[in-house]
Amino acid sequence: MAKRRKSAFGVVYRKELLDSLRDRRALISMIVVPLVLMPLLLLGIGGLGFTLAERADAEVVDVMVLGGETMPDLLQRMDNLATVRLIAPSDDYRQRIADKQLQAVLKLPGNFAEALVEGKALALTIYTYDGEPRSATAVRRLELFLEDFRIAMARERLRREGLPETLVEPFQIKRENVAPPERVTGALLGGLLPYILIMLCITGAIYPAMDLTAGEKERGTMETLLSSPVSRTTLVLGKFLVVFTFSAVTALLAIAALGGSFWVAVSFLQATGALIELALSPMAIVGFFILLLPVAALFSAILLALSLFARTFREAQTYVSPLMILAVLPAGVALMPGVELTSAVVLVPVLNISLIGRDLLSGIYDWGYILAILLSSSLYAALALWLAVRLFHREEVVFRG
Amino acid sequence: MIEVSDLCKAFASGKQKVVAVDRITFSCRPGQIFGLLGANGAGKTTTLRMLATLLQPTGGSAHIGGFDVSREGPKVRRQVGFLSTATALYGRLTAAEMVLYFGRLQGLEEEELREKAEGLFSRLGIDSFRDRRCESCSTGMKQKISIARALIHDPPVMIFDEPTLGLDVMAARQIIRFIRECRDAGKTVLFSTHVMSEVEKLCDRVAIIHGGRICANGSLPELRDHYGETDLEEIFVKVVGEAGVSSAEVEDFG
Repeated sequence: MAKRRKSAFGVVYRKELLDSLRDRRALISMIVVPLVLMPLLLLGIGGLGFTLAERADAEVVDVMVLGGETMPDLLQRMDNLATVRLIAPSDDYRQRIADKQLQAVLKLPGNFAEALVEGKALALTIYTYDGEPRSATAVRRLELFLEDFRIAMARERLRREGLPETLVEPFQIKRENVAPPERVTGALLGGLLPYILIMLCITGAIYPAMDLTAGEKERGTMETLLSSPVSRTTLVLGKFLVVFTFSAVTALLAIAALGGSFWVAVSFLQATGALIELALSPMAIVGFFILLLPVAALFSAILLALSLFARTFREAQTYVSPLMILAVLPAGVALMPGVELTSAVVLVPVLNISLIGRDLLSGIYDWGYILAILLSSSLYAALALWLAVRLFHREEVVFRG
Repeated sequence: MIEVSDLCKAFASGKQKVVAVDRITFSCRPGQIFGLLGANGAGKTTTLRMLATLLQPTGGSAHIGGFDVSREGPKVRRQVGFLSTATALYGRLTAAEMVLYFGRLQGLEEEELREKAEGLFSRLGIDSFRDRRCESCSTGMKQKISIARALIHDPPVMIFDEPTLGLDVMAARQIIRFIRECRDAGKTVLFSTHVMSEVEKLCDRVAIIHGGRICANGSLPELRDHYGETDLEEIFVKVVGEAGVSSAEVEDFG
């Protein structure tokens, strides 16, 4: 009969994995969070923005015109606008704007009609509630309306003078997107997606990391475990691999959910006849996932080391929270306009991966940078893991308390 | 089987050095129960943790089954079954998973492991709850699982650190019976306690530890004879009292 002896590392890994898979908190952060968060972010927030923008477009604003008695033509035209309701003039208009009963007031000079005929330069005033979105909508509509009115008037005058109407509008402006769809996607989502994926790498790793270290100390199983002949290095490596597994699976599920949500979003946009064209290349997604792995390893090792130092689960949480903020900071910097991947930042952990993420999603592959990021991230991860192993050998850390 | 010679352990506490164990010497033989008797903070747990290779000694030496605890940790841990109030169970593992896990950590082959586990399960009465998660087991059940966990590799040396601490009468009796069984099986048994009656019931030899030092070491009759007291508590108070005044002279008998 062949004698089967399992490798210590495999034994530790399987046990810690099984143990963590039975931990509801760890499971929720690995499976539920990415599968819910990703569609929610992409479809929920995108859809919500879409709906709100649509609603804002259709919203009727209340506008008052002062001194319009001499301009029945202007009043008539304005009244024809579907999204503007004319309110009868009154003296308390300032108060009513402040009370949000009225969104804007247009004040015409007293001699407006005559001055127009005489061709004098005139100033109109729009009273607004600065910073109030509905007031801003009303102002925008008034300005567009007056612009049209002004052009119509100018055309009228030119015609009367016997001059060509194109004098008032010598040229017209047309806008056309020439960037390929994936670049548009990269520009729109490239900042946010890496940021979210990096966050999820951490949230996926947090619970197993704390549970397998501080949790073991708190529940008193650490001493049981250390009384076995397996070396501490093997123990910590087994634990690390479980934490890393959780982190990587969280990212993988998030990417799968992202792909699904993206497909739904694009189908929806096409169905509604939206003008924007989006594309997400599978290669960019796979590439980004590969680049994310050493970052997941880095976070796993840091989380393991930090919570190993803690005596209790609760204490570990207080150490881990600042890490969340610290890790998210560079990812947030990548969201700022004008921050690009250059040789100056290519070795900055987390920031580099956020920036390369945007490039990849835009369909830009700079292999030099990709290699540098892959290698440096792996090196950082190895250092953090080495630190965790060292800590696990220190009795004042393991038996702290 | 356990040879301890001038063993020391000092901790750094802030800038101060705290000596928890101070040059202790004793030995335990197979088929004997050796008791380490002392108050809380006397150095019992630190001593046993050094012998179980959880902590590194800062001086002296200790050998278990001929292996050096400072340099041959894994080999020592294969010789030892370690059980303390701090050696808890994994709540999310079942009784069987827990015992099998520690058997595998001990490097047992699968066939041998299954055989040993089955034997322990039926002997300790674990069969009826073998697939129940440890977190939902009663104290008595947990204790049986812990015992099976410590015995799975059939170690020649058993070390118990205050094994009855916080247990009710029935659970404590179960442990006491188990310690006797270990001795009867020819194992070397070392256990620590602050309960006099346990020492009187169990120990072939006893060492009284105070302030990190062993103040008296001998069989019960030897201690009674030397201190002229029959009651162990009186002996303990005498030994500790003397140690408190004079610098501790180790009274070694036999």
